[in-house]
Amino acid sequence: MELEDLTGSSGEWLRGSGPESDIVISSRIRLARNLADFPFIRTATDHDRLAIEQTICERALADEHLKKSVLYLNVSELEFVDRQFLVERQLISREHAESQGARGVAIGSRETYSLMINEEDHLRIQVMNSGLDLKAAWNTVSDIDDAVEKHVTYAFHEKLGYLTACPTNVGTGMRVSVMLHLPALVITRQIKKVFRSLHKISLAVRGLYGEGSQAMGDFYQISNQITLGRSELDLINQVSDVVPVLIDYERRAREFLMRESQKDLHDRVSRAYGILSSAKTISSEETMHLLSSVRMGVNLGLIDNLQIPDVNKLFIHTQPAHLQKLRGEELDTADRNVERASYLRRYLRTSGGEDAAEQN
Amino acid sequence: MKCQHCEKPATFHITELTGAEVDELHLCEEHARIYLTPADPQSESPASQTLAGALAQQLQLGQTAEDLARLDQQACPVCGITFYEFRNQGRLGCPHDYTCFEEELEPLVMNIHGATEHLGKRPRRSAAGSEQQTELIRLRREMKEAVDNEDYEKASQLRDLIKGLEEEISSQ
Repeated sequence: MELEDLTGSSGEWLRGSGPESDIVISSRIRLARNLADFPFIRTATDHDRLAIEQTICERALADEHLKKSVLYLNVSELEFVDRQFLVERQLISREHAESQGARGVAIGSRETYSLMINEEDHLRIQVMNSGLDLKAAWNTVSDIDDAVEKHVTYAFHEKLGYLTACPTNVGTGMRVSVMLHLPALVITRQIKKVFRSLHKISLAVRGLYGEGSQAMGDFYQISNQITLGRSELDLINQVSDVVPVLIDYERRAREFLMRESQKDLHDRVSRAYGILSSAKTISSEETMHLLSSVRMGVNLGLIDNLQIPDVNKLFIHTQPAHLQKLRGEELDTADRNVERASYLRRYLRTSGGEDAAEQN
Repeated sequence: MKCQHCEKPATFHITELTGAEVDELHLCEEHARIYLTPADPQSESPASQTLAGALAQQLQLGQTAEDLARLDQQACPVCGITFYEFRNQGRLGCPHDYTCFEEELEPLVMNIHGATEHLGKRPRRSAAGSEQQTELIRLRREMKEAVDNEDYEKASQLRDLIKGLEEEISSQ
């Protein structure tokens, strides 16, 4: 498997299946781990970084459990557009893409997991599933963690647990995130209220691409803030207990919109579809915004010639780096906006999504 | 249905989730907007802000400028960073920092997590040998310093020590 093989697909987390996948895009769990015999990244020398990468690659990634179908990419040697592509795909973090020095990522088959080496911590293991499926994600991530730990010694403190570069991650080193699509809560202006109540129970809300990113396309990630003093299962339950409540609110808001203002809603969805299928130049932000309405329209039966996996695919393929990878050349912003519009027109006008994809 | 505050039709039906009770509100668009305009602008708080907030709070709590200056001077014997550097960058230098800055970190950790003791998964292999690993971090740093100071004799002694220790660890 090579990087180019990933380009045409959408990745596991956008498969658009799994429990509650009309609202829940993906479930993700990541573990932060550090080797006991090296300083944390901020004080690590170039030599240390290389040695950390080598240790993890040669020992841990050679484990039988991990050896199968893993694509290893030396992130420090990748072109900007390729690093950006991996960020859009959520296989690496933005910080990992933008930092300096020896670093890499190992990607599992079907992109269900990735291991970032020399990110903020020496190792960050993340597992992603489509839909709401945190328990499965935990089992997978814990198995990978065990496989790695057979070959290296983690920095672990009897009282504080797994030691991390930032004290906000110490203890379990675990971040549980569920990505939700909540357009109706945004339209009915209830979203901020929901978030304030989430903060009160120590859950964080972020946009599509993590810390500091805007909530583009009405996508929101709910995750645990606390990592110490509660077991992994407790932390998972904290998130998975609240998600059904949010799903219920979103569904009720959708029902409300359908009941009270179906005409307006249908108009909004159709206009979004109209612009997407006929624009000559369109920005990434506008595309996300309009696709959000289309996605809800598909879920509510207001659009019948598209499926959720089609819409998910359009979300990811219209991101700047994906567009350039699909086109096979680098494009500046203005050219990307033209290319994006043309991609959307081709895809949506041949309406049976799969056929259009083959033509590309 | 009419708005709770005026004669206009209620087009917004809001379910209030705050606190233990769930409140239902029925408002016209105008009153809904007034109601929903956030009272506090702090609607997002990523982890980095949590840390910054916790650090700032800790500094306001009963530490005099003198205490602070003394505390900031403290350096970790293993990786060499000072508490001041940690405060500025929000990232620790090595696993041993958790031990050597324990007193300062404990209230911070308490503030962030509301707890100071780990529950949950533990590595299968015992962490008992980690003192040797910590020693390796220190020796490697000292060797780099020796090389930087062109003290090659010391550097070569340290290199032998590191090699011996690495072999000892990998044979365990």
